[in-house]
Amino acid sequence: MRYIRPLSMEDAVGQLAGSSGTSAILAGGSDLLVRMKGGFIEPDLIVDIKAIDGLSEIRETPEGFSIGAAVPCAVLGESAALKKAWPGVVEAAKLIGSKQVQGRCTITGNLCNASPAADSVPALVAAGARAVVVGPAGRRTIPVQSVPTGPGKTSLAKGEIIEAILLDKRAPRSGDAYLRFIPRTEMDIAVVSAGVNLTLDEHGVVKSARVALGAVAATVLLVEEAAQVLIGSKLDEATLERLAKVCAGACRPIDDKRGTIEFRRKVAGVLAKRVATTAYARAGGK
Amino acid sequence: MAGVAVSTTINGDTVEFLCQPDETLLDVLRDRLGLTGAKEGCGTGDCGACSVILDDRLVCSCLVLGAETEGRRVETIEGMAHGDKLHPLQQKFLEHAALQCGICTPGFLIAAKDLLAKNPDPTEEEIRFGLAGNLCRCTGYDKIVRAVQDAAIVMKGA
Amino acid sequence: MNFDPRFSGRKFTSVGTRPIRPDGVDKVTGRARYGADFNMAGQLVGRVLRSPHAHARIVKIDTSKAEKLAGVKAVITAADLPDLTNGDAAMYDVLDNCMARTKALYDGHAVAAVAAVDARTARQALKLIEVEYELLPHVTDVDEAAKHSAPLINDAIFTEGLEEKPVKPSNVTKRSQFGHGDVHQGFGHADFIVERSFKTEQTHQGYIEPHACVANFSSDGTADLWVCTQGHFVYRQHCAQLLGMEASKLRVTSSEIGGGFGGKTHVWAEPVALALSRKAGRPVKLVMTRDEVFRASGPTSATSIDVKIGARKDGTITAAEATLRYSCGPYAGSWAEIGAMTAFACYKLDNVKTVGYEVLVNRPKTAAYRAPSAPMAAFAVESAVDELAKMIGMDPVDFRIRNAAQEGTRSSYGPVYGPIGIGPTLEAVKSHPHMKAPLGKNQGRGMACGFWFNFGGQTCTDLNIGMDGSVSLAVGTVDVGGSRASLSLVAAEELGIAYEQVKAIVADTSSLGYNDMTDGSRGTFSSSMATISAARNAIKILRERAAQMWDIAVDDVVWEKGHAIAKGEKHGNLGKLSLKEIAVESGKTGGPIAGHSELVADGAGVSFATHICDIEVDPETGATRVLRYTVVQDAGKAVHPTYVEGQYQGGAAQGIGWALNEEYIYGKDGRLQNPGFLDYRIPVCSDLPMIDTQILEIPNPNHPYGVRGVGETSIVPPLAAIANAVSNAAGVRMTHIPMSPPRILAAIEAEREWSK
Repeated sequence: MRYIRPLSMEDAVGQLAGSSGTSAILAGGSDLLVRMKGGFIEPDLIVDIKAIDGLSEIRETPEGFSIGAAVPCAVLGESAALKKAWPGVVEAAKLIGSKQVQGRCTITGNLCNASPAADSVPALVAAGARAVVVGPAGRRTIPVQSVPTGPGKTSLAKGEIIEAILLDKRAPRSGDAYLRFIPRTEMDIAVVSAGVNLTLDEHGVVKSARVALGAVAATVLLVEEAAQVLIGSKLDEATLERLAKVCAGACRPIDDKRGTIEFRRKVAGVLAKRVATTAYARAGGK
Repeated sequence: MAGVAVSTTINGDTVEFLCQPDETLLDVLRDRLGLTGAKEGCGTGDCGACSVILDDRLVCSCLVLGAETEGRRVETIEGMAHGDKLHPLQQKFLEHAALQCGICTPGFLIAAKDLLAKNPDPTEEEIRFGLAGNLCRCTGYDKIVRAVQDAAIVMKGA
Repeated sequence: MNFDPRFSGRKFTSVGTRPIRPDGVDKVTGRARYGADFNMAGQLVGRVLRSPHAHARIVKIDTSKAEKLAGVKAVITAADLPDLTNGDAAMYDVLDNCMARTKALYDGHAVAAVAAVDARTARQALKLIEVEYELLPHVTDVDEAAKHSAPLINDAIFTEGLEEKPVKPSNVTKRSQFGHGDVHQGFGHADFIVERSFKTEQTHQGYIEPHACVANFSSDGTADLWVCTQGHFVYRQHCAQLLGMEASKLRVTSSEIGGGFGGKTHVWAEPVALALSRKAGRPVKLVMTRDEVFRASGPTSATSIDVKIGARKDGTITAAEATLRYSCGPYAGSWAEIGAMTAFACYKLDNVKTVGYEVLVNRPKTAAYRAPSAPMAAFAVESAVDELAKMIGMDPVDFRIRNAAQEGTRSSYGPVYGPIGIGPTLEAVKSHPHMKAPLGKNQGRGMACGFWFNFGGQTCTDLNIGMDGSVSLAVGTVDVGGSRASLSLVAAEELGIAYEQVKAIVADTSSLGYNDMTDGSRGTFSSSMATISAARNAIKILRERAAQMWDIAVDDVVWEKGHAIAKGEKHGNLGKLSLKEIAVESGKTGGPIAGHSELVADGAGVSFATHICDIEVDPETGATRVLRYTVVQDAGKAVHPTYVEGQYQGGAAQGIGWALNEEYIYGKDGRLQNPGFLDYRIPVCSDLPMIDTQILEIPNPNHPYGVRGVGETSIVPPLAAIANAVSNAAGVRMTHIPMSPPRILAAIEAEREWSK
């Protein structure tokens, strides 16, 4: 087993691509070290990406935000501009683990861990976030929802590293929000979760919307039909009820130690209503 | 497996050690450096008993590799008191009987210190959510929350 | 000796104050040494290989590859722990649980162990041990296991306690029955009857410190064991018996203990660590991982309980009956028996009958957990009592007051009560402001009562007076939550000196006579009794020495407020002699001054509590929030009231976790699915409100200061109190613990369907 701390993306990608055996990328380590402790993974190479130039920064660009792969979630909450533009993404990121974990965990790690219950992913999917992937074949930008392909599996090829997550600049009258259901008040993995991102026209009517659900299928679901329910509405009671029904119907959950199929369906709808209402209010809707 | 040579600062002192690449900071502290104040309650970041402060961020030392601490600053429970003078949080934990078995106490004190450094005047709710990453099975948290509230008052006056 | 333990009604100077505990500074500075904080030169790392199967015959274990791995110093299996139990069935079960002999009986059952130079090598060695299993059908559910068709866990077990000896073996190991009167006739006089079935899932004590020990077995046949335990004397006996040693050759030192709650009263890893050390010829440190703690230590019983209670219109209970099935893990136990004893202990009943069934399942061996077996029985009974009160149209507190046991009541489990606290806790609750506070939408209030026996037991204490007049107190009951402070207060009280002059320690097994465990809420009760007795013995010597110094008759010397006083006119010109003044001269007056005490602390007073809580339920998700919680409990006499409050709050918090979220979840494969703090959800700080406490003091007549045990009773009422609150908030009776959001939502939905 080797531990390395490259200073450039080129070096990191080269080391990963050239390694034989299993390798692991270390940013916050809050998933990797748990898997190592449990004996689920014994990497031959650990590539710590935190010393790579620029990876620990949030940059505000003319297009929006670029969140480096090694930025801990706690730092997201300390960025006033990001919080103002994407409160739903930030609140989702801030729900991962405890204060202790917040100081380490990253949204890129959360995405690449590929858990269907990852807190930040539904919010990122709803936000239409993109991931900048760097690998032996160069640099490409892909929608975040194409990264996880199933529990614990990603579409990333050998040697590929996500360098940053990109969020668009906000259109006026936009809002996003995220909610999850957990049995305790903290420290649990989401049993069900929902992220909604929407933009209103000048009359307060939903112009565009994205609705994502977590922990109800093998990957986070982007529910197009739910978005269609919201578009053209002012989130009246009937719309919300329809939203709940559509979301419950879109779920393909399983029974497991955290919840039942029935519970997940029902609560997915409840959360969708609540989270849409918050996003609508944040967008300035009344 | 080759050991990694690490030079870091722990409680203000320069410390050098060799560790395995997969060895956690918690293992290094406890098994190599004899600093057993941080406890392993779970090893998976769920209990907070191994809390330390790493470059001004509260972390679980079981979720940090020893190798990662090269050139960084680590604060542990052993560095909380100044000589024989206890930190106000330590004093208030004693006065309020905020510990029964005491195994979670070092982690709570470190987490509470970090909390008050970032929020010197927290509400009860902020204290409760701020300390949610630290499990205590003995006290029901009541006396811990009161001790932190009381320490916050003392520290503001200081 | 002639120790008089009777309550004397004295006025207290030290007892009842709230000083800082003597072990406090070490605990806030990280210096206190717990199980895993101790190391020895040349120490090896021990690790245990555990069965991944719920039920399997062990066909063959091949350790040869592991033994050949560089750095491995010992590999052991059951063959290295031969059966020396000599027909002692309970000890055989302990041995088999430490290391499976012919069958693995649960997921997590130890089958082999290694000692190696470091953790990595030990882990690798475990992977090299080849175990051939023949899988057997398993059963993990208590009701399933009790059926005739269930897979048999032990075909040598025939149900005990039946009128006719059964011809077929069974997973039900024992039937026990308690009660008096005629319940059939009693139900005949009832105007209202509630009859319901309840279930509770298995929980773990959840101490934050995993089991840890360091064993050092010497080639001369002696050994040392450093371990976190609630009872090092019992560990010594058990380990010595299993290893074939004389008890005196094994010195056990109890470390600071990071929580036990009953879970550190049983040996698991310690005999294994000793056997590894014996084989390797080096010290071995063995620390369980959290995963191992959940899979192989603890837990409490899962239960299934049927309750039937009848009452007249005027609110008098005419009959009460319960059938209780408790899981024991794969070995026989007496958990249902205890549940059957406690179930109706709060009430004055003419006709009562409880029957308990002990049920074997393929889960870890059930261990005590704080008032073991009582919370589940109380959940079932107090839920039914609440429902019955509602049916009659009476206030639930008034209904309980009307039926509460009192001094002279014959308890449902047999004995006649002396002065008890159930009535006073109910009266205190009735007038508590909490009961009158307004409730909002979707909020409900619940209350419930609880009982625990409390134990006394064998206790030995040494009190040594130094030549500077300071006092060292050596006790043999492990300090699990501040008892060194309480016992120092008691020594100071009895001797009439300042608390600061006393230093209490927990002595190792070679330094003091035998002590039972710190369990059954006995730590402060029994050791304070022994401390008082030891102090009185020391005072006798102090008086003798003073008499010698004054050259007067010892009968003329009395002890008051820390001083020897010569009584009577003829000694009028003699001043007082302080304890210190006598101690300074002790070298010239006969040598060291000490008081010893060895006793069986009888007469632990029973304890009662009544709890109130307010819960909010989200009707759309089944989520709950604890809004307010109040504990009222009788302490007899609170020696250190802050730590008494701490016991009340801690028990309530554990009960809240049990009621709402904690449970062992097994898959169809018989494997535990949530062996970690992520998915075994104990309450976190933000889950709870402040927990208000009210200490009542109804003196125990059998203790000089009136002390009763206080540690356990607080976990008995919460399951029921919360169930009653949730049921009131959600409008549907909850009968399955924990009341997790999916269960609550399903109950609400079912109720909606039903009322359509």
